[in-house]
Amino acid sequence: MKSRKIIGVLAFHGDVIEHIETTKLSAKKLQLDIEIVSVRTKDIISHLDALIIPGGESTTLYKLCEREGMWEKMKKIKNIFGTCAGAIMLAKVINHKIPGQKTLELMDIEIDRNAYGRQTDSFDKDIKTKLGYIRAVFIRAPRILKVETDVNVLAENEGETIACEQKIDGNYYLASCFHPELTTTTFHEYFIKQVYQI
Amino acid sequence: MDNKLGKNLAQMLKGGVIMDVVNAEHAKIAEKAGAVAVMALERVPSDIRAAGGVARMSDPTKIKEIQEAVTIPVMAKCRIGHFVEAQVLESLKVDFVDESEVLTPADEEFHIDKTKFKVPFVCGCRNLGEALRRIEEGAAMIRTKGEAGTGNIVEAVRHIRAVNRGCDELKNLLKNKQLNKLKDKAKEYRVSYDLVLQTAKLGRLTVVNFAAGGIATPSDAALCMQLGVDGVFVGSGIFKSNEPVKMAQAIVDATAHFKDPGKIAKASENLGEAMKGLEIATLETKMASRGI
Repeated sequence: MKSRKIIGVLAFHGDVIEHIETTKLSAKKLQLDIEIVSVRTKDIISHLDALIIPGGESTTLYKLCEREGMWEKMKKIKNIFGTCAGAIMLAKVINHKIPGQKTLELMDIEIDRNAYGRQTDSFDKDIKTKLGYIRAVFIRAPRILKVETDVNVLAENEGETIACEQKIDGNYYLASCFHPELTTTTFHEYFIKQVYQI
Repeated sequence: MDNKLGKNLAQMLKGGVIMDVVNAEHAKIAEKAGAVAVMALERVPSDIRAAGGVARMSDPTKIKEIQEAVTIPVMAKCRIGHFVEAQVLESLKVDFVDESEVLTPADEEFHIDKTKFKVPFVCGCRNLGEALRRIEEGAAMIRTKGEAGTGNIVEAVRHIRAVNRGCDELKNLLKNKQLNKLKDKAKEYRVSYDLVLQTAKLGRLTVVNFAAGGIATPSDAALCMQLGVDGVFVGSGIFKSNEPVKMAQAIVDATAHFKDPGKIAKASENLGEAMKGLEIATLETKMASRGI
């Protein structure tokens, strides 16, 4: 077993730096020595303990991953955390996708892109999650319409799932419609704990 | 009101390409190529330049057509200082308003007070002073002005370097504890000391900063990225090239892989001719000198 811990952040586009900084801070708080790397090529994927997919445009992220030829390899990553566009990438079913758009189809959730509306409908609010109170920022956020029974809901807003996790065949996935990377280390710390089982 | 949510949307656009489009067909090409947003226009800047006359906000029908065609954010331009055009664009629920020098300015004294709006604004700049004034007026995102519609990258490069130089200067003043000189800078730039101090602490702008104005090839986009901008706007460069579909995808690829010359080379293969381009010295109208 290798001793070096490596977490990658998909770095083509989106709030990549915010995720890198939040992950670094989370590792520090947990007193873990984790190397955080930017992922732009397929070569590095097999070395990762986990991947974080940032906020951005899911259409763009899909195109760039696909053109880089890393799509199938990404599906084999054991631990993935996706926020906003990243959550869309994890879902098995998406609504309002563009022709030809694919997801990694890893989590048993159904998600609707931009379902809260346009930018003037973006909002932030204090939310009580199973991990504690956080400030949740929703930017042209997707809406999780449906979760299957083996998906564990971590947070709800007005009765709708906004964060959830799933363990399946020894893999672990975490998804949020909002952007914890902008306001808190809570979700990143939790993800790291799941990845390294501490 | 500080447009925090608008700044957050700009953060999500980083590393991406925002493309000028004039109809639903163009918008779909842009989205398919991997654009992170589109700018809805009646004409691309090079056609605005060629047509002459007063350039105004687009017809709302045009903007709605483009909003219906794509799922990515849709931006639209209003004239500098024309707060009613901005109100109209906000009512149309565009995702970002570009208070743009590409259109004919409506007010030579004031920019729009952007703090009064829920929709976020992006504004152009040539140097740090212009950038800070726009941020203080409430801009949630900054872009270089470059020289739109020319296909000539030289002005965008000049503006990126000027902003970087300005930020470095503030950073060094703070590092050397020359607070009085920082205060002088605030006066020189006609902005609050607080904004100057925040910029000095970060060593960069407090909002996301894109390049715009003259990007015509994948290498142009990567050049801007290597100079330190967070993403790029491409105006006439795509749909005035010989092969818009290929060019759009190539610029997206080069922006995402901006540090990888091999990938930029691959993206640049067989694109046909880029837009023809104009020498800056021959221009009758320098759009960049509008709204300073």
